[in-house]
Amino acid sequence: MQESTWAKNVLFLSLVCGGVLLLTIYLMATERIEPPLSYAPKSKSQNDIRTVAAKLDSAFEKTWAENKLEHAGRADNLAVARRLSLGLAGTIPSLEEIREFEQEPADSQIHWWVSRLLEDERTSNHLAERFTRALVGVEDGPFLIFRRRRFASWLSDEIHANRPYGSLAKNILTDEGLWTDTPSVNFFTRTINQDDSSKPDPILLAGRTTRAFLGMRIDCLQCHDDFLGTINLGTAENPTGGLQSDFHSLAAFFAEMDNSLLGIRDASSKGPYEYKLLDADKESVIPPKVPFNETLDGKEKNLRKRLANWITHPDNKPFARATVNRVWAIMTGRGLIQPVDDIPLEGPFPAAMEILVEDFVASDFDLHRLIRIIAASQAMHLESAANFEITKKHEKHWAVYPMIRLRPDQVAGAVIQSSKLTTIDSAAHIITQLTKYGQQRDFVERFGDPGEDEFKDRGETVTQRLLMLNGKMIDELLESPINSPTHLPGLAPTAETAVETIYLTTLTRRPTDTEKENFVKAIDTKSGNGRVREVLDIYWALINGAEFRWNH
Amino acid sequence: MSEYNEDYSCGSRSHYDRRTVLKMAGLSGLSWLTPMATCLARADEHNARSKAKSLIVLWLEGAPSQLETFDPHPDTEIAAGSKARKTNTKGVLLGEGMEQTAELMDSISLVRSVTSKEGDHERAIYNVKTGFRPDPTLIHPAIGSVICHELPDEQGKIVDVPRHISILPASQPGRGGYLGDQYDAFKVFDPLQPIPDVRARVKQNRQLERIKKLEFADQQFLKRRKNNRVIGDKLKNTNLDAALKMMSSDQLSAFDVSQVPKSERAEFGDTPFGRGCLAAIRLIETGVRCVEITLTGWDTHANNHQLQAGRINILDPAYAALIRELKKRELLDSTLVVCGGEFGRTPWVNPVAGRDHWPHGFTIAMAGGGIQGGRIIGETSPTPKKGTKTPSENLKDPHPIENIHATIFSAMGIEFEKELDTPIGRPMKVSEGKPIKDLLN
Repeated sequence: MQESTWAKNVLFLSLVCGGVLLLTIYLMATERIEPPLSYAPKSKSQNDIRTVAAKLDSAFEKTWAENKLEHAGRADNLAVARRLSLGLAGTIPSLEEIREFEQEPADSQIHWWVSRLLEDERTSNHLAERFTRALVGVEDGPFLIFRRRRFASWLSDEIHANRPYGSLAKNILTDEGLWTDTPSVNFFTRTINQDDSSKPDPILLAGRTTRAFLGMRIDCLQCHDDFLGTINLGTAENPTGGLQSDFHSLAAFFAEMDNSLLGIRDASSKGPYEYKLLDADKESVIPPKVPFNETLDGKEKNLRKRLANWITHPDNKPFARATVNRVWAIMTGRGLIQPVDDIPLEGPFPAAMEILVEDFVASDFDLHRLIRIIAASQAMHLESAANFEITKKHEKHWAVYPMIRLRPDQVAGAVIQSSKLTTIDSAAHIITQLTKYGQQRDFVERFGDPGEDEFKDRGETVTQRLLMLNGKMIDELLESPINSPTHLPGLAPTAETAVETIYLTTLTRRPTDTEKENFVKAIDTKSGNGRVREVLDIYWALINGAEFRWNH
Repeated sequence: MSEYNEDYSCGSRSHYDRRTVLKMAGLSGLSWLTPMATCLARADEHNARSKAKSLIVLWLEGAPSQLETFDPHPDTEIAAGSKARKTNTKGVLLGEGMEQTAELMDSISLVRSVTSKEGDHERAIYNVKTGFRPDPTLIHPAIGSVICHELPDEQGKIVDVPRHISILPASQPGRGGYLGDQYDAFKVFDPLQPIPDVRARVKQNRQLERIKKLEFADQQFLKRRKNNRVIGDKLKNTNLDAALKMMSSDQLSAFDVSQVPKSERAEFGDTPFGRGCLAAIRLIETGVRCVEITLTGWDTHANNHQLQAGRINILDPAYAALIRELKKRELLDSTLVVCGGEFGRTPWVNPVAGRDHWPHGFTIAMAGGGIQGGRIIGETSPTPKKGTKTPSENLKDPHPIENIHATIFSAMGIEFEKELDTPIGRPMKVSEGKPIKDLLN
């Protein structure tokens, strides 16, 4: 009897110890970063990308020469990696990633990094959120029939799989179905006014479509003809001011739609489109008509398909320009043309834009390829500081890398990542990912969400500064016993290593001699808890500094 | 843009007051027929006698039912059993639960015929808070942001705390919109709780050491960027200085109502909303221009009467105590108090005893700041026609929501017709409404 009890106890203890061991291994296991599948520095496609990037470089150089502009020197590869990480994944590289990055040959590091980022779900989620803002805005929208998260999640999957953007646009503009089963239709359900009618609003859709897909703001034509001379719907030689009827002829493409329990569907019974124009006495039928490039209109019977085919027609350049400009803005924080969705129909365009547009169309709207070309271009690799006086003209023509204030989601993403040595990506522990999601959401809410117009410098507020100085998130991340700042003093063999680690995890660079001397001295004068406090204070100071809060 | 305040061209109230315009008209004979006449008319509208220096908004998010609050129609079909009570102003009735407010009706005026074109919460909140319908190309500033943009600090008052504050913020606390994020409302919660983010997380000595480290880090970064003319001032630590100043300011105590005797707090009702109203008075005394206090929970699609009554129990003591206390402190003349939500609720009760969204005639209550008390503007029909295509036929003297904005701006001496530049290059009026003169005269 006693022997049996003893055996049971041993068995129980073994199970408990085994369980704890497995859990520890699971929680603590560190996996080496796998090489990205698309990393092929000597491949034909990569050579091809370099060739297009070289064309871009020549175009920029020509512009600098024409404008008699000096250009900045080449930035360090780690600085470029930080920019790309903020632009594509909305966060900064982890120490783990930096170590791996530095294992690659210097001339392939950026290609390795972009390949890694493009295969990372953080990137597709981040890109999808930016596109979602342009397509359906940031608000919750109509109750039940609008599922913004479903839309963003679907878009993320499509971007991750690198579906040609032209096909994606066609889906968004023509799909039928329920907002849950067919997430793309949320583009339409977003515009439904539930208290008014059950059908999508053609006017809202016309405005949204021109801004998001054509990079043009013609919303003022909703109410009147253009009297400011800011909208040209003709050619450079024969400019034609926008008319109110142009806007409503575009809206007419969305008139034959309905929403029911079966979701969004085409319903010719809902048409035709009627509107009372400013100078008219009464409502009249306005037939659908594209606002420019009419020769590309295939006149298909289904109105939405007809519009989608016209928008994404390879010769209808505004679609490609709008996408190129948006992707450039996402990657750098500023479009080649600003505002990002206000591109003149007939230019003038920066030379670089037309090169990218041509390649984007030729590649069947390949977003990943576009991103790789931009990443490989000289503009992305220039320093943000220079020995000459930097003027607006230098920034306009990308003769220096522009200094752009980080968006709140980028600040939060960077702060959260800097508190860990390993990468917080989809391979991170689920609790870590969920914590990040909650912290980021709360931080952005308090900081102030920039909304749809997120590529515009909105200034900094005292509230935002207070949040950085005294906010809960930064304090918790620094003080948490499971995060690296509190462990660092014990793990780093010397104060010098600790300072270098802090700089790498927060600013993605090594400290200068002056910085090292200053902070090493501060740590070395302390012992025990004082040393820990000193390390936390350096983290705090660097996170609050301008270098952390700006993209540069 | 600072030029807005320095624009002395036609339309500026300080330049073209009534007397100046009359003098000029006399001197120039027929020039009276020129646009100067417009100037005179505008000078009149701009209410040179404006008294209001600050605005308190009691924001009832979810949309209160006008029939149970400020516009009852007892013993009619649309009352659906809800009752009314008399007030201290002859002929004016309020909803049954508005007991304390009823005693102050001679200080409060009601616009009972407010209309908007937005029946969705999100869009209507935007509409009512900004005075403009949502526009995909432009974010309009909330009324508090415009006030802070247009009115500098009061003379002799140095305000260390933000001048635009949202207490108990809900879905859309006031944003600066095209005026810039610096005009966003500073968000605080129940005034019994600490103010978010204004206390350093470490002791003072350590905080000073941290700031030294931060300054060192910034110096290192900025020394290579001194010749950047584009970024220049943006990298200066102006906001850091302002944040540190606010952190050590005595004015922060204005948020803290725990210092107020319990008996005084009880007057406002022992609720976060009541405490918010009390804190609002203290903040206004400090020099804050606009305080918004939110009370949510008014969206009563089912069981309307009971749910509205629950909210009214919170609103009534807080609203009444706010008016009483402002009077007591001689602040009511200089403080405009506006109370309302994003729309009203249907006159008809639905099958689950709820009332749905109704932007075709609802009430905004206004008091103080030079607004005449005890006046009723507009009227809703006790027997409205159901399903009519023109719901305004159920109203007398309808006022679109932007008229409320124009009235507030006018009461505060802000030129509501002035056009501000926007980032998209489109000039935008401060308000497209017309002031309700019967409230101002």
